[in-house]
Amino acid sequence: MTKKQKKMLKKILTAAAIFAAACLISFLLPDFPFKRWVSLVLFLAAYVTAGGDVIRKAMLGIRNGQVFDENFLMSIATIGAFYVGEYPEGVLVMLLYQIGELFQTYAVGKSRKSIASLMQIRPDSANLLKDGIVTEVSPETVAVGDFILVKPGEKIPLDGRITEGTSSLDTAALTGEALPQEVSTGDSAISGCINLRGTLTIQVTRAFGESTVSRILDMVEHASAKKAKTENFISRFARFYTPVVVLLAVLLAFLPPLLLKESFSGWIYRALNFLVVSCPCALVISIPLGFFGGIGGAAKQGILMKGSNYLEALSKTDTFVFDKTGTLTRGNFKVTKISPVGISKDDLLKFTALAESQSSHPIAVSIVEAYQTSRQKHSDAAGILPVSDVEELAGFGVCAVVEGKEILAGNMRLMRDRQVTGTNSSLEETSGTTICVAIDGTFAGTICVEDELKPDTIPAIQKLKQCGIKKLVMLTGDKKATGEAIAEAIGLNEVHTDLLPADKVTHVEELLNQQSAGHTLAYVGDGINDAPVLARADIGIAMGGLGSDAAIEAADIVIMTDEPGKLPAAIRIAKRTMSIVRQNIVFALGVKVLVLIFSALGYSSMWWAIFADVGVCMIAILNSMRALR
Amino acid sequence: MKKTYVMEDLCCANCANKIETEIKHLDGVTSASLNFIAQKLFVEFEDRIADTITASVIKIATKVEPDVSIEEL
Repeated sequence: MTKKQKKMLKKILTAAAIFAAACLISFLLPDFPFKRWVSLVLFLAAYVTAGGDVIRKAMLGIRNGQVFDENFLMSIATIGAFYVGEYPEGVLVMLLYQIGELFQTYAVGKSRKSIASLMQIRPDSANLLKDGIVTEVSPETVAVGDFILVKPGEKIPLDGRITEGTSSLDTAALTGEALPQEVSTGDSAISGCINLRGTLTIQVTRAFGESTVSRILDMVEHASAKKAKTENFISRFARFYTPVVVLLAVLLAFLPPLLLKESFSGWIYRALNFLVVSCPCALVISIPLGFFGGIGGAAKQGILMKGSNYLEALSKTDTFVFDKTGTLTRGNFKVTKISPVGISKDDLLKFTALAESQSSHPIAVSIVEAYQTSRQKHSDAAGILPVSDVEELAGFGVCAVVEGKEILAGNMRLMRDRQVTGTNSSLEETSGTTICVAIDGTFAGTICVEDELKPDTIPAIQKLKQCGIKKLVMLTGDKKATGEAIAEAIGLNEVHTDLLPADKVTHVEELLNQQSAGHTLAYVGDGINDAPVLARADIGIAMGGLGSDAAIEAADIVIMTDEPGKLPAAIRIAKRTMSIVRQNIVFALGVKVLVLIFSALGYSSMWWAIFADVGVCMIAILNSMRALR
Repeated sequence: MKKTYVMEDLCCANCANKIETEIKHLDGVTSASLNFIAQKLFVEFEDRIADTITASVIKIATKVEPDVSIEEL
């Protein structure tokens, strides 16, 4: 408990003691002179002890023009109870309200803590290594290029590259991945991971503010800026709810007694119940808390959501569109076949690799790798050949001049566009991707590279289907045969092949047009060159976002590991959170409306009204916390 | 410009909503979001109100919730 809460508890206990004394005197003792006055004074004393703060805030509220705040409403309701002669009830309602408030702040504080502990990845200090001396400093002060020391058991405070030492890193706090990751000199180290074994020396590559840890925490904290529709609806509803109920209370207090010619006090008492019920807090608090719990629970598993609106949208998704490479497959290509025409195998590989040497495309990287391995095998000492005029043609391939020869490497379309002679149009169909190569305008053969499926792709797709996803679509730049074979193997409904990066946007737009109302479309990509599609889809999900700025920028949801298996998990969390939020709304509103009806009919007491306010609020908070798990 | 404030002792989520709405409507503020759970207020505003923004934030917050404590990060 905080200091403030302890102070409040003391006040409540004192007020309760005075209240007990007052009850004793007025109900149990025989009559004595001024008995009525003594008990009234005691009741008032208890009331002021318990509710002094509330009345003070109510008056400040009136001065500031905040008439419909709960302090004002509680004050009017309880003072009203005194006015109609229900002293004990007036005190008790104030007392219960304060007990409820205390519980509420306590429970919110507790949930705050459990959410914070989920994200206990923020490092407190860094061991700065300078001139052989280690000093403990705050991570904010470490500059890019500085060296830091991370001992076993410590958190890595900033992103960097390991310059000395080997160890295994626990990335669970970031990715939810249980298996430690082995690292050694030269590997990158991501902040927020826990160093398990050896001492590591790390050269910092990103300042604290830009390090992974800070970015993740920022994202989760800022998530409340993008509110779900439900959330907006409730805060708008709250703005009307209170004035309307207060107006009803006023009508209830004066109209029936005037029309029915009854006494005012009975009806005023009913109206006071209305005032107690009119506080919107239970409704308003449980919704952001539920969403925040859902976002926190997802973060625990390495799924980052940029706003509760995406959580809501994800719960309504019925179409998933996947990019293939790097999303469903590893994106780790291997050269499987070299079929030269008119030149030697080694030359074909050499020219292609050199032409592709400046590209970061995964296929290019795999060809360069294959060339380097073969060079080592043959201990080929040939120096590096001059490469110039490199031109990357997105979606087609690459064009470059190597040793004075113009090399074209890419798909069949590139060969046709450049009017390459001698192409073998009856290319054999393989399960992989075929790169066609031309030297000085003459076809020189093909290189075949293949990509593997990620191990959890197939189970993930099955689970998505169980989660109620109706349409699973794959978009790929692959040839028809390749794409269709993969789509069938993993059980997708639809596949669009031979696509250029720009075509993906058009296809996603078409699919968006086919969407039935009330359902959303999610696009899953690896964040490399599909930023426009990520932005265009209802929900853009980037996979393997750890350390990639582009993906974190463009996507609405970032999956930190590159496991498709996190997708069904994200949907489950989204659906669960939405159902918790809905339960809270129905429960809080339901109880309030029931109590309002019973109060109007005279069957309810202020007891029920106070339960409808603080009791419901408590239950809603507890229910919200389930979203964390 | 951007500023972040830590807000403690906000009584309820409804007050947080009210504060957020009022700050959003301040002249020169481009966006504001109050995270009741994280107890943080994020404000983005035009440079011309840089000198007065903190005072305006404190004024609005204490108007809605007199007992709030605000600290700029």
